[in-house]
Amino acid sequence: METLTMRLNGEEVTVQVEADALLIDVLRERLGFMGTKEACGEGECGACTVLLDGRPVTSCLVPARKAHGREVLTVEGLASGGELHPLQKAFIEHGAVQCGYCTPGMLMSAKALLDRNLHPTDEEIREAISGNLCRCTGYVKIVEAIKAASAG
Amino acid sequence: MMSKEFSFVGKRVPKLDAPEKVTGQIAYGHDMKLPRMLYGKILRSEYAHAQILNIDTSRAEALPGVRAVITAEDIPDMRIGWARDHPVLKAGKVRSVRDEIAAVAAVDEDTASEALELIKVEYEELPGVFDPEEAMKPGAPVLHGEAPNNIQEKMRQSYYHGDVEKGFSESDVVIEDRLTLPFVTHCCMGTSFILADFSPSGDLTVWSSTQMPFLYQRDLSMVLGIPASKIRVIKAPVGGAFGSKLDMYPFEPICVLLAQRTGCPVRITYTREEEFVVGPTRQPVICDVKSGAKGDGTLTARQVSMILDNGAYSSWGATTPLVMMQTISSLYRVPNVKYDVVVAYTNNPYSGAMRGYGNPQATFVVETHIDMLAHELGMDPMEFRLKNANQSGDVTGQGVKITTCGLTECIEKAAESVTWKAKRAKPDARGVGMASLIHVGGGARIYPSDGCGSTVKVDDFGKVTLISGSTDMGQGADTVMAQIVAEELGVPVANVTVVNADTDITPWDVGAHASRTTFVAGNSARLAAMDAKSQILEGAAENLGEKAEDLDMKEGKIFRKGEPEESIPFEKMVRSKHFRPDGDIVLARGWYEPPTERQDKEFRGNISAAYGFATQAVEVEVDTQTGEVTVLKIAAAHDVGRAINPMAVEGQIHGGVSMGLGYGLYEELVVEEGQVLNPNFADYALPTALDMPEIDTIIVETDDPAGPFGAKGMAEPACIPTAPAIANAVYDAVGVRIKDLPITPEKVLKALNQKKESEEEK
Repeated sequence: METLTMRLNGEEVTVQVEADALLIDVLRERLGFMGTKEACGEGECGACTVLLDGRPVTSCLVPARKAHGREVLTVEGLASGGELHPLQKAFIEHGAVQCGYCTPGMLMSAKALLDRNLHPTDEEIREAISGNLCRCTGYVKIVEAIKAASAG
Repeated sequence: MMSKEFSFVGKRVPKLDAPEKVTGQIAYGHDMKLPRMLYGKILRSEYAHAQILNIDTSRAEALPGVRAVITAEDIPDMRIGWARDHPVLKAGKVRSVRDEIAAVAAVDEDTASEALELIKVEYEELPGVFDPEEAMKPGAPVLHGEAPNNIQEKMRQSYYHGDVEKGFSESDVVIEDRLTLPFVTHCCMGTSFILADFSPSGDLTVWSSTQMPFLYQRDLSMVLGIPASKIRVIKAPVGGAFGSKLDMYPFEPICVLLAQRTGCPVRITYTREEEFVVGPTRQPVICDVKSGAKGDGTLTARQVSMILDNGAYSSWGATTPLVMMQTISSLYRVPNVKYDVVVAYTNNPYSGAMRGYGNPQATFVVETHIDMLAHELGMDPMEFRLKNANQSGDVTGQGVKITTCGLTECIEKAAESVTWKAKRAKPDARGVGMASLIHVGGGARIYPSDGCGSTVKVDDFGKVTLISGSTDMGQGADTVMAQIVAEELGVPVANVTVVNADTDITPWDVGAHASRTTFVAGNSARLAAMDAKSQILEGAAENLGEKAEDLDMKEGKIFRKGEPEESIPFEKMVRSKHFRPDGDIVLARGWYEPPTERQDKEFRGNISAAYGFATQAVEVEVDTQTGEVTVLKIAAAHDVGRAINPMAVEGQIHGGVSMGLGYGLYEELVVEEGQVLNPNFADYALPTALDMPEIDTIIVETDDPAGPFGAKGMAEPACIPTAPAIANAVYDAVGVRIKDLPITPEKVLKALNQKKESEEEK
């Protein structure tokens, strides 16, 4: 067992983990942050995307120990002060959510994009979420929502 | 558009559950845990066809943390599926690599997986058969003793109307081809799951990913011998379904058996690999088609003969020919039709229901041939379609009664969106193509009842609860139901809560299939809301000394008709009705059974109260060096009756088009000798955000008189015509006809080379 200390959604968390534990399992099974979804376990679908020091990673492939001393942001940490994040509002208002299973990962990829690029083009948005699979929406309203949440 | 007169119908109301989904708060089955819960895992066959000689579970049973190991020996002979040909745990013989041999319940998933590795199975491999045509030949390996010719006899069907021989003899052009369609699969982002729990008194609760809770309750009861009255099915939030959760599969009774044996709740969730290998597929089809037309472009005859690969067992998917038949008999006006189908067992994965339920295959066949006929006749394929388009008031040869039909408008608007006339038949490597569809849009009577029940409860504070039999799989049915109730009752949509998919609470419904929920459950919810409204207005009339028929209610306010400025909040009237000596609460009901009939023995009859139509027109560019097809634009014109929620309708169209694009260009579950070779997203190419072209959604409203506020079903249709429209556009672009999906660069390049060679020979 190893001691893992990370800043999770803005709060310091310390947890004992197996040396080979994956970040997604620690988030979901140990800490109860069930918003992050596992849909393939191979890093191919993006559903488990979280931000590690602001960069999107597929948490099903990241050893939990890699998060030691770093910032982890999950979908549960997007809203703040009782206010939804503009991306969350835009996903609701633009109909970007259907079954919702890809939504947490989509939101995290989108946040990473908007954090580094306030004015993304449609093509840049599509590129940013190209690792996030969705079977319900054809991505159209997701792209619209991200565009709407950007600074234009 | 008429939507202006409505308060909530026709409005872009956000999905009711979207806030829970964007915050990660919603608990899907995969997120659910109960105290003492165990994790179930299933051992499957290593071979596609083999005799089981021995199963040794002793080492697995001895592993710490393992609470139960079961094999067929431990349970009675249980058979599931529509044809009851599918043992839950296999004894004697395995017939596909999916076959369940043993199951384990353990304290965690790792222990359960480890236990599976400790189970030793000795097999004697048997020769397998993996091609449905080979399977039907004498001497082929036999899967089921009951079907010595490997044919599922219950689905050997022949349909006809008119006389095709006469039709062909009167034709100026007759063409014949063979088309083939591959295995594809649903790829729901959330995998299948079940959580089973028994109460101390033996009552069973399952939280399931089913899209048919009431049939599932019946199926569980039948296979397990537990009275249905002791089974409660709750459909937990699911990560998509698309038909994959129509059937009950072996893992579900297995999970219940593990819960029964251990006395603990047990959960089984599929891994992605299991979802690919074990989940259902859309059935591959080998199809011979012959079509005829007169020189003036009048369709004369259509003859279709199909062989379906059923895989090793019969799920609901084996009945898809009934849906294919409707397209073959009734898409465009065809006076003479013949359709024969045979469904053959193979040692392949067994097929199931998938969005469109056979219609994507049938429409690919029909629309490819429509396009080819037009070219043979030297006609513009759009004009050819317009000439033969179905019209409102038609009754087709199969007895399909078309009440409202926007097909002509769909063809014209889709064509206009891609500037059809300007782009068609140009010498460059760009081209346009189109395809249309017919699909049930007012229920589908395949069961003694096609109805849905609803209850509307209005509490003292004005909260309106719709308790609906319908099932939301993520498509947004709940939101549409809430809009219908808000509109009919005259309350803000924010007051309406929807409770559904719990067999202990919700009235009966056949399930979410056949694009029937908005139509059937919507009509049911509307009836319940009407009942609630009259209860409220009657109470108000007594209280106010008015006549109920002189009162009305809108946006939560009760007023004299024509005098909306003087109003009383409706919840006040609900309270005054309740809190008096002879008082009553507002509790209303609605039951809607569509006015349809089951087909007769010759497959004739009107099984749906309305029919949906659509046309998709596509512009493509083909790289003649690589064979790669790029879709530049898809115009999707859909006759939806009325869009109760245009945002949700667009969402269904976008998602359907992307699924159709995958079917057309990318997706194929590669199955060799019964083994799935690409059970992951790296090798099974789902469209990504970068693959999606511009989509122009065109909503055509025909205001169906039988639909709730004029709406018809529209969700499956979105994925149906995309692939043939792309194939037809490829032909327009470079003159090659791809007759088997998906349209890969290799196939296009090969066809281009063959075309070049045959031109050089000339």
